[in-house]
Amino acid sequence: MSSHPISIRPFGEHAILIEWPNEVSEVVLYDIIDFVESFKLDFQDSQDWELVPAYNSVTLINRRTKIDFSKTRCQLLECYKNRKASGTPQRYLWKLPVCYDLEFGIDLEEVASTLGCSIKEIIETHTKHIYTVYGIGFLPGFMYLGGVPKDLETPRKSVPRLKVIKGSVGLAGKQTGIYPQESPGGWNIIGNCPITLFNANLENPCFVSVGDQIQFYAINRAEYDLHKIETEIGIYNLDKIKLDD
Amino acid sequence: MIKVIQPGFYTTIQDMGRFGYREKGVPVCGCMDNYSASIANSLLENEEMDAVMEITMTGPNLEFHASSFFSVTGAEMSPALNGIPINSYEVHKANEGDILSFGKLINGFRSYLAVKGGFLADLKLMSRSFYKPITEQNRIKELMEIPIEECSEYSPKISHIKPEAWHKENELDVFKGPEYEILTDDQLKLLSTNKFTIAKENNRMAYQLEELIGEQSHKMLTSATLPGTVQLTPNGKLIILMRDGQTTGGYPRVLQLASKSIALLAQKKFGDKISFQFLSH
Repeated sequence: MSSHPISIRPFGEHAILIEWPNEVSEVVLYDIIDFVESFKLDFQDSQDWELVPAYNSVTLINRRTKIDFSKTRCQLLECYKNRKASGTPQRYLWKLPVCYDLEFGIDLEEVASTLGCSIKEIIETHTKHIYTVYGIGFLPGFMYLGGVPKDLETPRKSVPRLKVIKGSVGLAGKQTGIYPQESPGGWNIIGNCPITLFNANLENPCFVSVGDQIQFYAINRAEYDLHKIETEIGIYNLDKIKLDD
Repeated sequence: MIKVIQPGFYTTIQDMGRFGYREKGVPVCGCMDNYSASIANSLLENEEMDAVMEITMTGPNLEFHASSFFSVTGAEMSPALNGIPINSYEVHKANEGDILSFGKLINGFRSYLAVKGGFLADLKLMSRSFYKPITEQNRIKELMEIPIEECSEYSPKISHIKPEAWHKENELDVFKGPEYEILTDDQLKLLSTNKFTIAKENNRMAYQLEELIGEQSHKMLTSATLPGTVQLTPNGKLIILMRDGQTTGGYPRVLQLASKSIALLAQKKFGDKISFQFLSH
C-alpha cells in the first residue's frame, strides 16, 4: 500500500482539513476512504465528529468542543498509519435508470449540436461509462461524478435555469450528475432519473456513499413511469453490484 | 399547540442543528444566533436541543392554545402579550387564548422565542430545524399549528437576566481559511482595514458583502465548507456561508469566522457595516 504526503490544517475552531495531492484520482479517493474508516473505528469520541470527504480532501468537524489542534494532528497521523488494518468499507456499483426522451432531455439537441454528434451517440456514451462518486454536496444527495469521457465534455449553460426539475440528469465540463430535488442549475439537462436519491424519512437518507460507482442505463417512458411509482411506494429494487478492491 | 395568526417576515423553527448528515450533502442548519437561542432555552431550563422559534426582522402573531411559559431573546423586537409590552430576556406565563405579538425592531435582526419543553415540530434526521425539502416547510405559514407541551405550573430559578450588548458590536473574529494563501497583499490590506457592508443578498444560507476586493483565478477541487466560511468569488465578492449553507463548494475559502462571530453576523442586516479582526490558532 502506497502512502501519500498529507497536509493537516486547522479550519476554524471546530474543524480540521486534511488534504491529499491535488488530483482527481481513484487511488487518492480510496486512500481517503480507508482513512475515514480507520478514523471511525479507532478514534476516541468518533461519534462527536462528522467527516466530509470530497475529491482530494476530508474535513473533520467536531460538534461539541473546540479542537486541540496539535494533539489531534498526532492522533490523525496515527490513524492514517493504521488505515487498512481497520478494513476497507464495502463499495458498490449502482445502476440507475435514465429516460433520455426529449421531454426530459431538454438540452439534448443543443448538446448534440455543440459536440457534433447524434443524440443516440450521446446516450450510448453516457450509459457506457462508469462514474466514480468523488463527493456529495451542493444539495442533499447531489453526487459529484467523475469519469466523464472527453467526447461528452460540454460547457455549462451561460445563463443558469431558475428551476431544474427533480431527477434531472446533467452534463457540465468533466462532470455529470442528477439533481436530487428541484433547484436552480446551470448544467445541460439530458434526461431524468425516476429514482429518489434522497429520502429524509429513512435512517440512511441517501444510499450512495463517496467512493461508490454509478452507471446509467436508458429506459423508455413507460418504464420511467413504472419505476417512478415503484420508488414512491418504496418497492423499487435498486440494482447494485459489490465492488472488490 | 400554538397557532400562527400571522407568520412575520421569515419565521422558522430551529434547534442546534442536524448533525451527522453532512457527508450526504445535508446542511447543518440550526439557530443562526445560537448564543441568544441558548439563553432563551436556559431561562426555561429547557434541554440544549429543544427547538425554538427564530424570528427575522418582523415578528409573527401567535395564539397560545395551551398554557405555557416562554422567553424571548436576541434582537429587540418589542414583544407584547395581549397587546401589553413585555420584556425580552424574561420568563413570562401565557394562558390559553393569549396572543403574543411583536412590534418595532429596535436592534439586531433575529429574535428567539422559546417555550417550556420546546416547539415539537416534526423530528427529521434527528433535528426539528426547518429546511426544505428535509422538512415539509421552510418557514411557518398562516394558520399553521405547532405542537407544544401544556405547562401551567413552573417556578423559574432565574426569572430574568440582563440582555447582553455584544450583538451591537461589528467586528468579526476570523481565522485564516484553507485558501488564505491566494490572497494578494492588496486584498489582505483591504480585509484587515476596510469596513464592509452587508448586501441585500443575506439569508440563512449566506451573507454577501457589497465591496469587491479584486479578482482571483484560483482553481481548486470541490471541498467541504462550514458555517462561517468566507468564500472569494472570481470577480472578488466575499460570501460568508451561514447555517443553511451548502456543505461543499468550489470557491477559495479565504477566511473562517470564529463561532461567536457567526452568531454576531446573524444579527446584522442589509446596510450594516462589519470589519474583520484576525485571530491565530
